[in-house]
Amino acid sequence: MAAISFKSVSKSYASPKGPKGSTFLALDGVSLDIEEGEFFGLLGPNGAGKTTMISILAGLSRPTAGAVSVLGHDVQADYAQARRSLGVVPQELVFDPFFSVREALRIQSGYFGVKNNDDWIDELLESLGLTDKANANMRQLSGGMKRRVLVAQALVHKPPVIVLDEPTAGVDVELRQTLWQFIAKLNKQGSTVLLTTHYLEEAEALCGRIAMLKSGRIVALDHTSELLKAASSNVLRFKVDSELPKALADQARITGRIVQFPAHDALEIERYLAAVREAGLVAQDVEIRKADLEDVFLDVMNKNSQKPQELAA
Amino acid sequence: MNGWQTLLYKEVLRFWKVAFQTVAGPVLTAMLYLLIFGHALESHVKVYDQISYTAFLVPGLAMMSLLQNAFANSSSSLIMSKMMGNLVFLLLTPLSYMNWFVAYVGAAVTRGLVVGVGVFAVSALFTDLSFVAPWWILTFAVMGAALMGTLGLIAGLWAEKFDQLAAFQNFVVMPMTFLSGVFYSIHSLPPVWQKVSHLNPFFYMIDGFRFGFFGQSDVSPWLSFSVVGGVLAVVSAIAIHLLRTGYKLRT
Repeated sequence: MAAISFKSVSKSYASPKGPKGSTFLALDGVSLDIEEGEFFGLLGPNGAGKTTMISILAGLSRPTAGAVSVLGHDVQADYAQARRSLGVVPQELVFDPFFSVREALRIQSGYFGVKNNDDWIDELLESLGLTDKANANMRQLSGGMKRRVLVAQALVHKPPVIVLDEPTAGVDVELRQTLWQFIAKLNKQGSTVLLTTHYLEEAEALCGRIAMLKSGRIVALDHTSELLKAASSNVLRFKVDSELPKALADQARITGRIVQFPAHDALEIERYLAAVREAGLVAQDVEIRKADLEDVFLDVMNKNSQKPQELAA
Repeated sequence: MNGWQTLLYKEVLRFWKVAFQTVAGPVLTAMLYLLIFGHALESHVKVYDQISYTAFLVPGLAMMSLLQNAFANSSSSLIMSKMMGNLVFLLLTPLSYMNWFVAYVGAAVTRGLVVGVGVFAVSALFTDLSFVAPWWILTFAVMGAALMGTLGLIAGLWAEKFDQLAAFQNFVVMPMTFLSGVFYSIHSLPPVWQKVSHLNPFFYMIDGFRFGFFGQSDVSPWLSFSVVGGVLAVVSAIAIHLLRTGYKLRT
């Protein structure tokens, strides 16, 4: 049985822009099965529909069409069982200012009907480096610490399926490492993990399988290793001091002075370098590296470039 | 504790942690009303026979504080959770809509009763209190608090900003409580205003409650019981419907 199953799920909202009565299609017939024990990555640019998918999965939002289930429990018809199976770390840094860390975790346990949960709460605090903050009020914690508490809150009821919605946005290196070690451990012990992130190197390192979402549609879905294989195998990387001619710049991934071109073979590399020379520029620090997930991601997104739909109602 | 008990506990803990503001404050306000109006009107206003104005005022003030605080508890808790976004912790749980209803209204009733008892405890220092029919007192206290807690739940679900909630409080709750006969017996009003007062459900809460203290009231306690019970049933049905359909909670 699939840990998470989306069946032809669509979601439309009343459009905030555009003519009155028009709707915005946030998800457009998404189907996806995530098996038990997978570490699955959901990638896509802002507004692609990642959070909408997670909201529907978590019961915060309802699909306009289609069905979603967690371990076979429909998220609407059998919501109690579905939510018991899910641990969701929300994207927003939210907290209840009335309570201490330990109180918040005890209360969250209680909502799920978990009694005498202090042993597991202690283990969560320990694993997430929160032990010395256990009795601190939520208001006194730094952003990173609040993020850790969010993770702990999602896990109080030992959910078999863990969902992390951009858990490392604005988080320091130390927490990222602590967090990923802990989540990887839970995954090894059998938990299914669904992750959305903008840090593609994290997704590449952690996720066994990846779906890429664009404008509410899945545009790529495969094992991470297959996605990497399918991409242009190499990337030519160098620095230039001035701007590239437009024709050339359109093919490149440019970060400040750093220019990167997808390249399949030596001939292509020579052609790019020749074009740079003809433009009167000097390529410095030239190197050739293997394509990473970011290259694949950009490639997939470019291939599927189209405007998000505004549909008249 | 199971799910709804935990939510009830959390909601009670939420106001109890700031009891200075949520309990002591309202009790102090009620005492100021009692001292000032009691002092100013004691010799001028006669209510029923034999009952001093201050003694008449105490149950009304207690009920008014109870009602306002029951409303404030569920409404402010919900709007704050919505504004701060921490309502998501609750939305992610398997709690049913009936669990939500019982817990939010239960906590509102608790806060209302705590404030009401506080008002009596302090009033006892200034005037003699009588309790002719304690069961009526308890019945109207619980029903009134539940009604207002439910109304607060509806307002808290509906409001998206604090000022919308403040408008509800200032333009609906306050006028209806003040015009319900807290400070006067409606028999002292001109006939037209007596009729108008009879359309105000708050009047029946306070009148029935007062019957429990003096064995006298403007209308029969059974009529008050029926009206308050009927209104409670209606607002409960609305609140439960909103929770069940996820009104402004689940998009």
